[in-house]
Amino acid sequence: MSSAVTTAMKDSDIQSELRALARKFAENELRPIVDADEESETFRPELIKKLGGLGLTGIPVPEAFEGAGLGYSEYCVVIEEIARVSCSYAISVAVTGLPQMILAASGTEEQKKKYIPSLARGDGIGSFALSEASSGSDAGSLRTTAKLNGDHYILNGTKLWITQADVAEVILLMARTGEAGSSGVSAFIIEKGMPGVRCSKREKKMGLSISHTMEVVLENVKVPLANRVGPEGQGFKAAMNALNGGRITIAATAVGVARGALEVAISHAKEREQFGKPIAEFQGVGFMLADMATKLDAADLLVRRAAALRDAGLPYATEASMAKLFATDAAMEITTDAVQILGGSGYTRDFPVERFMREAKVLQIVEGTNQVQRVIIARALTK
Amino acid sequence: MWFFSDEQKMLSDTVRQFAKDELAPKIEHLDHEEGFNRESFHKMGALGLLGITVKEEDGGAGLGAIEATIAMEEMGAVDASTTLSYLAHSILCVNQLGVNGSAEQKKKYLPDLISGKKLGGMGMSEPGAGSDMLSMSTKASKAGSDYILTGTKTWITNGPNGDTFYVYAKTGDTKKDVSTFIVERGMKGFSTGKKFSKMGMRASPTGELVFDQVKIPEANRVGSEGGSVKRMMENLDLERITISGISLGIARGAIDVATQYSKDRKQFGKAIGSFQMIQERLTEASAWYEACRHITYNTAKMIDLGLLVGKEASVLSAKAKLQSAQMATQVALDAIQILGGYGYTREFPVERMMRDAKLIEIGAGTNEVMRMIIARQMLGEIAAL
Repeated sequence: MSSAVTTAMKDSDIQSELRALARKFAENELRPIVDADEESETFRPELIKKLGGLGLTGIPVPEAFEGAGLGYSEYCVVIEEIARVSCSYAISVAVTGLPQMILAASGTEEQKKKYIPSLARGDGIGSFALSEASSGSDAGSLRTTAKLNGDHYILNGTKLWITQADVAEVILLMARTGEAGSSGVSAFIIEKGMPGVRCSKREKKMGLSISHTMEVVLENVKVPLANRVGPEGQGFKAAMNALNGGRITIAATAVGVARGALEVAISHAKEREQFGKPIAEFQGVGFMLADMATKLDAADLLVRRAAALRDAGLPYATEASMAKLFATDAAMEITTDAVQILGGSGYTRDFPVERFMREAKVLQIVEGTNQVQRVIIARALTK
Repeated sequence: MWFFSDEQKMLSDTVRQFAKDELAPKIEHLDHEEGFNRESFHKMGALGLLGITVKEEDGGAGLGAIEATIAMEEMGAVDASTTLSYLAHSILCVNQLGVNGSAEQKKKYLPDLISGKKLGGMGMSEPGAGSDMLSMSTKASKAGSDYILTGTKTWITNGPNGDTFYVYAKTGDTKKDVSTFIVERGMKGFSTGKKFSKMGMRASPTGELVFDQVKIPEANRVGSEGGSVKRMMENLDLERITISGISLGIARGAIDVATQYSKDRKQFGKAIGSFQMIQERLTEASAWYEACRHITYNTAKMIDLGLLVGKEASVLSAKAKLQSAQMATQVALDAIQILGGYGYTREFPVERMMRDAKLIEIGAGTNEVMRMIIARQMLGEIAAL
């Protein structure tokens, strides 16, 4: 049993409805399978489809493309609730959101009509491919090439750390069409089944194992001109814009993971007795809980601020980086402390807190490492 | 350390080579499969590591806390799981039999344990008695010339596959009425219950010991009836100083990997080690490791020289463990961060090192218990519960 921990601010009516819907789904559909599936690294696309049936996979996408037409403030509530039970499925929803957001912002009407609805309904899974073996934080140095050849491009290269590429219907992929550096990068839609696209390896990871992380090899892949998103040389900009939004969703994921961990820690501290009283009555434990809850609320508020700015159409990139940096660092600390409060029990797989701790770690790395977030924030402060 | 003798340096080299040859090739697989490197124990036996602190006349190596800690650090740098099982065997079981066992008991049990033919463990924690260990409820009731042992022990390292256990149980009604019994696999009524699936230390099996009316001959009682509390506490001090060696090993291993990666990995046209943020993490890790290394080996040295006894030994051991355990988790977390996506995969050992390091903040007394021990010495009565 766990004690519910209230959000930092009261949800709006629509947020509250979405939260209840997502929580019910997470408790009924994800909670029963998450531990075994993490162990066996099993991803179930049908669960994304079910989420889609509830209208939860295309929250920030316009209704014209079968999304819910809502904002990031609502999107984050849903992602947080999924992450509270399964970080892997929260990441799956967030990553399926990336190509939707890039297409909605930079795609042609045909591209939007052709690709967004299926992803927004949860029928198809989306993926996003930027990183390579030698270009991680330094994303602008990527080497995958796209050479124009009449009415199509020929793509060659290898992408690394690509979430759910093995099950994706659409991969939004960045490749070099021009000179060195970020201005030579363009964005392409890679469709399932295109000849020459191959998932060569699945990473074995510390956690987040339901979510498959793939190496994708492109060998002379013929991609129609119509599949280029935006003008040549604008791909990197589109990717970075999508990542700005993505950082808010990762921060929301961190809030969900941390909330899940804090709830378990509070229940355990109230129930577990040592030296004749509940361990929550010891300051060493009680103060730890107090710090965890304070960090969680601060993270929640930073997420809400970044989402509200984006929803209002105001600049939000720096605030998104701050939310991502703070919320994921907070999640790492909160989950680590939750394991500590549960002691030996917390270290076993009988309780979810050790999984939350393993999941929190990846959030400090994805969507730009927290080192990269600091670079972004520092540059914004001093430019 | 500057005060290591030539023999201690040689031991360090020998164990480092052993870890490289025997532990390193297997650990990634064993960690994933939750297996156990049983063969390595036979080889540790041949090297004289299993009875490292036992007197030579009892068949041991006759060495002290320093040498045991060196062995922990060298093996821990490569494979903390097997090292933890080694600790449970050599420090919690074998050392205790060597220190407290009668001549007959030593003769009967030590040879097989020191050769590695049998695997040892210790039983103290219970589901309701973790940090509050003296509230244990496993009971040994006298019945003629035997004892009847009833209760359940939990979190027992080597529990699922051990042969010989050094078990604490109550022989009276007060907190201090703790006695010790040697329990062997195969005794009627003794079973090893559930095996835990853990975050880390996965190649070191952890489980329950279940005693259902187990008849234990009086000859298996170690020491006097009700006389075990002090012995138990003394052993916990040795456990805490030697387990700090595992934390040191994990941290050293993680620092080595992160340093090499910072030299090799290029982003933005240069090695990431040229960025100050990476330098900050590496230098803080190295400085904290060094500080922990000094407090740990100095404490071991003082214990070996008899300069540190009783509460003083408990407090300094607690300080060494509190810092070393926290240091290793943080250093391993930072190593993952420096390696980024690669660090999160099982292709590099740092994610395993982090999962392993966390255990030492919990096992052998949680960080909170270490603080309690230190606070009691600093504040006296007002810090008593």
